[in-house]
Amino acid sequence: MRKVAIVGAGMTKFVRRALETPKELSYEAAKITLDSCGLTLEDVECIAHGTAPDAFDGLHQNGEYMVDGCGGWNKPTMRVYVGGGTGIHAVVHGWHHVASGLFDTCLVVCEEKMSSALPHAQAFFLTIFDSITERPLEPNLLWIFALEMNRYMERYGYTKEDMALVAVKNKLNGLKHPASQFTEEVTVEDVVNSEMMAYPVSRLDVSPVSDGAAALLLVSERVARRLTDKPVWIEGVGWSLDTAYWATRDLYYPRYTDTAARMAYEMAGIREPDKEIHIAEPYDPFGYKALHHMEGLQLSPRGKTVQLLHDGHFDIDGNLPMCPSGGLLGVGNPIAAAGTMKVCELFWQLRGEADGRQVPGNPRLGVAQSWGDLMQVSSVVVTGI
Amino acid sequence: MEDKIKVAGGTGLSAQDISSGKIFLTEDSLDCTYAWDTGVAVNRYLEELKKGKIIATRCRKCKRIMLPPRLFCELCFIPCPDWQYVQDSGIVNTYSICYVHWDASRIGKDEKPHLPAVIEIDGAAPGMGIMHILGEVEPQEIKIGMRVKAVWKPEAERSGSITDIKYFKPC
Amino acid sequence: MAIMERNSRNIDNRYWNPGFKAFPVKNVYTAGAAGQRFFEEIKNNSKILGSRCEKCELTYVPARIYCERCFNRLEEKNWIDVGTEGTIYSYTLLFQTQNGEPRENPAVMVAVRIADGLLIHRLGEFSAADLEIDKPVKAKFKPKEKRKGCIEDIDYFKPIK
Ligand SMILES: [Zn+2]
Ligand SMILES: [Zn+2]
Repeated sequence: MRKVAIVGAGMTKFVRRALETPKELSYEAAKITLDSCGLTLEDVECIAHGTAPDAFDGLHQNGEYMVDGCGGWNKPTMRVYVGGGTGIHAVVHGWHHVASGLFDTCLVVCEEKMSSALPHAQAFFLTIFDSITERPLEPNLLWIFALEMNRYMERYGYTKEDMALVAVKNKLNGLKHPASQFTEEVTVEDVVNSEMMAYPVSRLDVSPVSDGAAALLLVSERVARRLTDKPVWIEGVGWSLDTAYWATRDLYYPRYTDTAARMAYEMAGIREPDKEIHIAEPYDPFGYKALHHMEGLQLSPRGKTVQLLHDGHFDIDGNLPMCPSGGLLGVGNPIAAAGTMKVCELFWQLRGEADGRQVPGNPRLGVAQSWGDLMQVSSVVVTGI
Repeated sequence: MEDKIKVAGGTGLSAQDISSGKIFLTEDSLDCTYAWDTGVAVNRYLEELKKGKIIATRCRKCKRIMLPPRLFCELCFIPCPDWQYVQDSGIVNTYSICYVHWDASRIGKDEKPHLPAVIEIDGAAPGMGIMHILGEVEPQEIKIGMRVKAVWKPEAERSGSITDIKYFKPC
Repeated sequence: MAIMERNSRNIDNRYWNPGFKAFPVKNVYTAGAAGQRFFEEIKNNSKILGSRCEKCELTYVPARIYCERCFNRLEEKNWIDVGTEGTIYSYTLLFQTQNGEPRENPAVMVAVRIADGLLIHRLGEFSAADLEIDKPVKAKFKPKEKRKGCIEDIDYFKPIK
């Protein structure tokens, strides 16, 4: 396998409802990414593309529809889809294109336009439940997250206030992100007292519905050396899916994240992730999920994560900053684009370009992770300089 | 100096933009329904539910007694032709109290919250839960680890469905 | 309902709250940055706009905000009035409705070539002899007060006699 570098990143603003069509959003993110490294579409050999369910955009075979906005006209283009995991999985997918030696440049583009879905994007998730043994119970998407969160809290004695702190911290980080859809700080009380959706999940524990796109340019070492003196290397990739019989595994621990992370760390030569990694961007569609994933990513001992959170360990100036971008809770959650946004963040952070959110101390190694399908998939990317 | 963080596009529309009619929108919905075959293993499961019994399959290799029953063990990837009845009781592995409908709309004032739970069924492998709902219980009384038992529909009303169990109640 | 039958139709099993016939979801699509401008022009001025990429020597219809080949942004200055006439690039006669039921009279759909783009639309005010590839056609707009800023603001295309 060849070394693969990220040499450009870009994204649209994340907004509740965008004027642009899905392909226009893709174009904006892809174009500014190419502009950022002084390249044109001619320099791009292939496209790795991702969007989550077709149902959000309301366009079946969304990949084909999107192709021109991704820069895929007359080029080898492939779409991947693993639900919420798509945004980072597409980066893994793009990595394969370059690492294999088949291509020297690959443009990764992820997009989601959730505002198209009515009455609510959540409604479209009904069809992910088992059609025979679960759907007759009239399940709601929130059920599975609420069930998982409750199990996780019970297992370690965490409280709703503990979980709320993640939303508070991530939203605070997100205020400094130029693409964020939020403008206001929230407090633990705000989160805990926000409308109860499905106990223990309150409204502000949940990331918003968003429209947006994000992109990255991946290149081989040879091209990277020519383009920039600050390449960010993809040091390791990993991905894994657990059984779709989600109720038959204990939900307190994300085994799929564990497996995916170990795969990526092994490739990156990382033995002690909690000591070696400087920045973590775990997937945080819900507050508890960030902590749950930190444990799965081996970045925090099981059951000790809340203590570390309270101690400021995960703050921007802490030992292991968590979601300096603001994450899905702080920037927004256009599903596939949100995952890619996390790798964009690592790119900017490791190059020292993250402005007001910059993690101090010249961070050199970061990990980003996304999660999806029926609470069963993780995709992990480790980047370094 | 140029911003290093590259952000372009993503033009936010307000509710006002939409309601004013200034923004051109097209609406469409699909008028289609699906019918799913229940499959071999789940078909037997439903037949037994109709009789008021819960049946599982057993993996000869990892020894898991699996619910819902399946023709193959997804861990060992071998066929599992052995059937075994389990109890209609179990413990609450986790639960939620849900105040929104499937489409994210809020439940009505007089509507009771939904009480989904993962229930580890007695006789199945440890940790083998199924998703179902709880009933005959006040939401604040539900505890993880609580023992529950199936409340079945009257035999005449059963149709061979997971809803032949109305809900699980504390016991 | 017998178990051995396909027993999982959501309607039969009351998967949804009473009153729901099927999976009652829908999508709403914005016309987009380009579409907003494109349809405004149709709605207010009965004009069809294209956008031209000088580099690729292509004029896109409907107009877009970017060229898919070279990824150049197609700005204000690249947007041009392409007129309301085109030629029949291809056509089809539809003998069935969308749901597969027979139609009494076949509907005629045409792909109209305007500049380098194609618009799919209905054909109207025509005779059988007009159904010919390369036949010139012209957009027939709905009355202004009935226009909504969508492709239906063009009622149909009709042959130029
Ligand atoms: Zn087994
Ligand atoms: Zn061009």
